[in-house]
Amino acid sequence: MKAQVLKRLGMNLSRRGFLQCGATVGGGLLMGVSINALSERQVEATGVVNESGIGFFVRIEKDGSVIIGSPQPEMGQGVKTSLPMLIAEELDVDWDNVQVEQMPLGLTRDAEGNMAWLHVGQGAGGSTSVSGNWLPLREAGATARLQLMQAAADRWQLPLAELSTEPGVVVHAGTGKRMPYSELAAAAAVLPLPEAAPALKDQSEFRIIGKPARVVDAKDIVTGKAKYGIDADLPGQVYAVMERCPWHDGTVRSLDDTAARKIDGVIDVIALDGPKPGEPYTMLASGVAVVATSTWAAIQGRRALEISWDKGPHATESTASLRKQMRDAMATTGQIVMSDGDVVAAMDNAAETVQAEYFVPYAAHASMEPQCCVVHVREDGADVIGPIQMPSGASRMVNKLTGLDRLSINVEMTRLGGGFGRRLTVDYVAEATLISMAVKKPVKLQWSREDDMQHDFYRPCGLHQMRAGLDADNRIVAWQQRLASPSKYYRRSNVAEEDMWKPELYSDDFPRQLVPDMQLEYFSMQSGVPRGSWRAPAHTANAFVVQSFIDELAVRSGVDPLEYQLQLLGEAKEYPYSNHGGPMIDSGRLAGVLKRAAKEAGWGDKLPSGWGRGIAGHFTFGGYAAFVIDVSVDEGGLRVQRVVGAVDCGLAVNPNHVVAQMESGVHDGLSTALRLEITLEDGRIQQSNFHDYPLASMADAPREVDIHIIDSPHPPSGMGEPPISPIAPALTNAIFAATGKRIRELPIGKQV
Amino acid sequence: MVTFTLNGKNWKYDGDPNEPLLWVVREAAQLKGTKFGCGAGLCGACTVHVEGRAQRSCITPVRAVDGKSVTTIEGLADGVAEGSLHPVQQAWIEEDVPQCGYCQVGQIMAAADLLKRIPQPTDDDIEREQTNLCRCGTYTRIRKAIHRAAEINKSGVAYYEPAEGEGESA
Repeated sequence: MKAQVLKRLGMNLSRRGFLQCGATVGGGLLMGVSINALSERQVEATGVVNESGIGFFVRIEKDGSVIIGSPQPEMGQGVKTSLPMLIAEELDVDWDNVQVEQMPLGLTRDAEGNMAWLHVGQGAGGSTSVSGNWLPLREAGATARLQLMQAAADRWQLPLAELSTEPGVVVHAGTGKRMPYSELAAAAAVLPLPEAAPALKDQSEFRIIGKPARVVDAKDIVTGKAKYGIDADLPGQVYAVMERCPWHDGTVRSLDDTAARKIDGVIDVIALDGPKPGEPYTMLASGVAVVATSTWAAIQGRRALEISWDKGPHATESTASLRKQMRDAMATTGQIVMSDGDVVAAMDNAAETVQAEYFVPYAAHASMEPQCCVVHVREDGADVIGPIQMPSGASRMVNKLTGLDRLSINVEMTRLGGGFGRRLTVDYVAEATLISMAVKKPVKLQWSREDDMQHDFYRPCGLHQMRAGLDADNRIVAWQQRLASPSKYYRRSNVAEEDMWKPELYSDDFPRQLVPDMQLEYFSMQSGVPRGSWRAPAHTANAFVVQSFIDELAVRSGVDPLEYQLQLLGEAKEYPYSNHGGPMIDSGRLAGVLKRAAKEAGWGDKLPSGWGRGIAGHFTFGGYAAFVIDVSVDEGGLRVQRVVGAVDCGLAVNPNHVVAQMESGVHDGLSTALRLEITLEDGRIQQSNFHDYPLASMADAPREVDIHIIDSPHPPSGMGEPPISPIAPALTNAIFAATGKRIRELPIGKQV
Repeated sequence: MVTFTLNGKNWKYDGDPNEPLLWVVREAAQLKGTKFGCGAGLCGACTVHVEGRAQRSCITPVRAVDGKSVTTIEGLADGVAEGSLHPVQQAWIEEDVPQCGYCQVGQIMAAADLLKRIPQPTDDDIEREQTNLCRCGTYTRIRKAIHRAAEINKSGVAYYEPAEGEGESA
């Protein structure tokens, strides 16, 4: 994801203008948080913040209810549970009495007229929700608690210092006085905020953080009441679907909508022009929208469209042509994007050099909820409701297309039926916006699965050439990775050609600083296929390649793969890591997860005949994860028998969901490695639905998945992405151990 | 005109008889628990019960349920005590299955049918019968929850009564 977005998600705390306090309509305490959002002058001018329903983190009503707002979009990563836990811990309330509400996007305008966050930076990406909110949300909770204690001190005429709290109650030990928060909320709401930041609890005092909690709205989910994008409605809405050009950057040459307009329920047919070739995406593609009184009527209308397409500039592209482009590029010299020491000399002086080539395919996001969105563009503003990972991006897009003031654009995030990076982009919001502008009504846009599979921002494919120089003792003394890939930065504004490598090769990734002479070389490939962020972005490719190659070197050296990798990691040391997830990386923590997974799996134990065991670990976005995978291969094929994982994510805020994300990484990682690829022929994506993009099912799921969390003194890091990348190499290393066949190309498919 | 019972109530639909049951349930009947995932019967997000058996509503034309009974997630717990959950829903909460949660209604409807046919399923049974897809990868917990629901059914333990405030959200 873009660096500037990440910076906005990571917050610098400023006490002044950070917390705001006010009264709810019911006379309770309302605690808002605003980070560098309002200038002091504005705070003074506006006084206490207005109550706007759920636009605040904490509400304590007189009736005793505690409502905590969750600012970040929930797409399965568990933040709707874990973020409110941070507030509840410091507020000191009983977790079972907490209700959680999803907060909408909060924006404001600062003194200079620039857009600023009203509460905290909102959006989920790069596994930053927990790490970025770790301090601010605890401070919000602690400040609310302090306000309640101050209200009690005033009422009882006792010194604040003598008061303490038990869950939901302020207590004075000396007199035995007790008063529930609900009775203090009204008085607390009108107190001035404390000047100093409140003291936060020591980890040893945590009652909620670090204790396993279940999904906060599980009951809503299992009863079908949870609201997703597809469930959003606006009064008077019409329903839309859209036929998009199957060729990238193709356009509508001619349209005959006579038959479509005759379908019962069809209201309108609208041709929409996509961005010109090379321009940043608004919508993904040119196409024709059908608007109707129901989704089914719109689908029928779409089927009746007669469209002739101009195939555009990429009509002859194929997977084969792209791979030839990569192969040809590898014969030349690329862009040296990272170089330590002198890799050429080191290779020359090495006792032996080893080379291997790997390929990772395009992959689709295939979130279970296809893209959808409800948008109403009015003259004085707009409403947007949908499964949105980046609500500010949605707001900017609507502003760009309509010219409406951004403060008049309401963006509501529903629960997302999966995200995985797909909904960092807001092309579907753009489509619904344009259709709503055309029909002047609220529009509910629904994509089909085929639309989703064929119009994605795919994970880039890539050809990787690995070369290592070994000394006489088989130690790695030189390391080279050459990558030819179509970059994810394709068509982003303000990204120069020489920066295309940045989202594809992370310059400080393992084994940097562990091998004296190392070089990364990049070849920027041309492809018309839209590319984007896919869970853990380039880590899924690079961890596969690097951890496979290390395994190859170990096998070649006759050294146990775990032992070989631990030798390379050497003495535990912390050193700078300038890519996302830094600023530091710790070889000891990486070794720690490898050793723990190995120990729990019984690394070195004898396995049944036909079985193999593989190991891999990786550092992703501040977290360390490693897996040991056992497979069996027989005439019935490949079976993943067992997966044992270890993770070091710092303090585990909600250990239950740390385990859940590890399990997610296991099944998603296996699914993708086993069978998933997106291919091209004659300029068109060949896959269209789950029959030819076969996500793993229960039949593929290993029966034994055993996850271990390292007891870590470090602050928490995010869990959405770190678990997935080590899975593919642990699997292919296990396949090698079982069969002697080295998988150098994903997906595994029929290779085993 | 297509006539059927939907969660025990009589329903008449006078729209296109070829319209998939999924969209009739979601838009005409406004029961939104049933989800659209693939439109081709491949993922199971749209699973409902027709005459008590799991069926993928995205490829079921509404005319095919004429005269039949249809149950969606909203009606799954009908017949259990007021405010209580079906054993499969209970097990799903106990094992904390959902991540994004989008596929889980379909998974639950499929599992409820599975347990009717095979009250004490083995892992092999579950792998063969529970074919709904989940991109989040909750299969480990789905497997546990199906076993747990079988246990609840066997023991005849009273249905799960959620504690006050549990699972509430706006």
